[in-house]
Amino acid sequence: MKQYAFKRLLGMIPLLIGITIISFGMMHLAPGEPSVVGNEFNPKVSTQDIERLRAYYGLDKPLYEQYWNWLKRLVFLDFGTSFSSDGRPVLDKVAERLPVTLWINILAMLLILAIAIPIGVASAVRQNSWFDRGMTIFVFIGFAIPSFWLGLLLMIALGVNINLLPISGIHDYGWQQMGFWEQQFDLLKHLILPVFVSAIGGLAGMSRYMRSGMLDVIRSDYITTARAMGVPEQEIRYRLALKNALLPIITLLGLSIPGLIGGSVIVEQLFSIPGMGLLFYEAVLSRDYPLVMGITVIGAVLTLMGNLLADLSYAWADPRIHHGGR
Amino acid sequence: MNKRVTISTWFNHPLLLIGGLIVASVACAALLAPWIAPYDPSMINVREILLPPSWEHWCGTDTLGRDVLSRMLYGARVSLAVGFVAVGISLLIGICLGAIAGHYGGRTDTLLMRATDMVLCFPTFFLILAVIAFLEPSIWNIMIVIGLTSWMGVTRLVRAEFLSLRQREFIMAAQSLGISSFQLIWRYMLPNAMGPIVISAVLGVAGAVLVESGLSFLGLGVQPPDPSWGNMLTEGKDNIQIAWWLSLYPGLAILITVLGYNLLGEGLRDRYDPKSSRR
Repeated sequence: MKQYAFKRLLGMIPLLIGITIISFGMMHLAPGEPSVVGNEFNPKVSTQDIERLRAYYGLDKPLYEQYWNWLKRLVFLDFGTSFSSDGRPVLDKVAERLPVTLWINILAMLLILAIAIPIGVASAVRQNSWFDRGMTIFVFIGFAIPSFWLGLLLMIALGVNINLLPISGIHDYGWQQMGFWEQQFDLLKHLILPVFVSAIGGLAGMSRYMRSGMLDVIRSDYITTARAMGVPEQEIRYRLALKNALLPIITLLGLSIPGLIGGSVIVEQLFSIPGMGLLFYEAVLSRDYPLVMGITVIGAVLTLMGNLLADLSYAWADPRIHHGGR
Repeated sequence: MNKRVTISTWFNHPLLLIGGLIVASVACAALLAPWIAPYDPSMINVREILLPPSWEHWCGTDTLGRDVLSRMLYGARVSLAVGFVAVGISLLIGICLGAIAGHYGGRTDTLLMRATDMVLCFPTFFLILAVIAFLEPSIWNIMIVIGLTSWMGVTRLVRAEFLSLRQREFIMAAQSLGISSFQLIWRYMLPNAMGPIVISAVLGVAGAVLVESGLSFLGLGVQPPDPSWGNMLTEGKDNIQIAWWLSLYPGLAILITVLGYNLLGEGLRDRYDPKSSRR
């Protein structure tokens, strides 16, 4: 197991380097430079001023040199400083925004698991029943629904019409004055809609995979054998079959991470949640190179770590992998 | 096995039928928009601002008094155009890379697949946003960017198909006759891999329509005053307290269109891909 983990960690290094090259190349090959943008037609900004700005940010050096300097600092988690007027380090800015985003995504994943697994199992066990058909329709709609539109409708229904849930931000006015538990309750109330909206796509996908996984397992030989030996149906379904059908879910959970992180841009913009997604959106709008690059790299690294975690838990749960040659 | 599409095929596969009908009607609505739209989509009318749905304006009017239904019909053109061009670009890249990787195998294959894995590490939406913000947000740019960030699935699919085709006897026979690699790929391998590619292209249109609407919603896609379902929803969000119809109808259009392409794709898969038809 340890050897397997080590091998996987080692395999991540080329991927990490590739990620940095892609992010760097993307930002620098694209037209529009912060020292020029917005200043092209400003008579007060002379060519010398622009040159000075470029030298200040190191934009006058050749690309490979800029990349190498950036990479050297990256190793020490130094993502540079933001181009925005506050000029704070990128890492600080991301660090204060990341927890909310992680919380929403973790809660969304838990919600997906808590709802999708029972739905998938129940559909598989009662294949082609009315419940199964109803769930199939739900899955198709869940796949097709734009999450921000669902968010808008929920905001109108629950926030505007009956004023049940707050529709923006993560704190109410007067949050500072609340007691500890009151604060937690307030936060939770603000997170309900964003978490549900982030989860909807994954919910549909996951219950679909759970259903087909469960169907595959139920049709397999060892289940037939168990049935022939007279093992009670309940035990076959929920002890023998479920365990094996759950395995692929681990991988799928890992694969759903980039979608969740990417989706946080829309969800956070919609609900005005001060997380990493909204920070990224603002950085993109103001062409804040270091911040955009930093968040892109951090997003990719989070994805990579999520996949690693999924692979390791898979190996831990399925002895065939770390005992086998792979 | 008879794979001809006859009328009975459509009725035996309800997914195919419903999906096909939706796709066809949305396509008609987009093509015929100038003739069936009740109003000029960009005609500002200050006396009819934010009217709720009525017989005169089936889907209400927006903050500038423009007819929402007419704008949605023109928006269908934008969404479908983006969907088709983006998928075309991703198919072009995906088929080329996948064909090279699957046909040549070995080191070329490893290299291309590692590169694909690297791109897959990025949250796609981050990648798209990052690129689009450095270009001017316009309809052409988002087509290109969505296409450039969605070829990975096609590449993997084509590669897998080619790897298994390489083992087939008729391909080996063609190869042993000394046919050139290009001829082999173009004349024999690609046509035999076309089924799964078409299915993934249909599903890809659905994905591209969703991404376009998300981008336009964020204000980074199609720019007003050009109507797109996504940027109409932005207006819906801005007027969420007073005008629910601005939020409801454009989103419904997205939902139905995406649903249609997904159903059509799944229906085709059910019909033509025996491996997954039992699921």
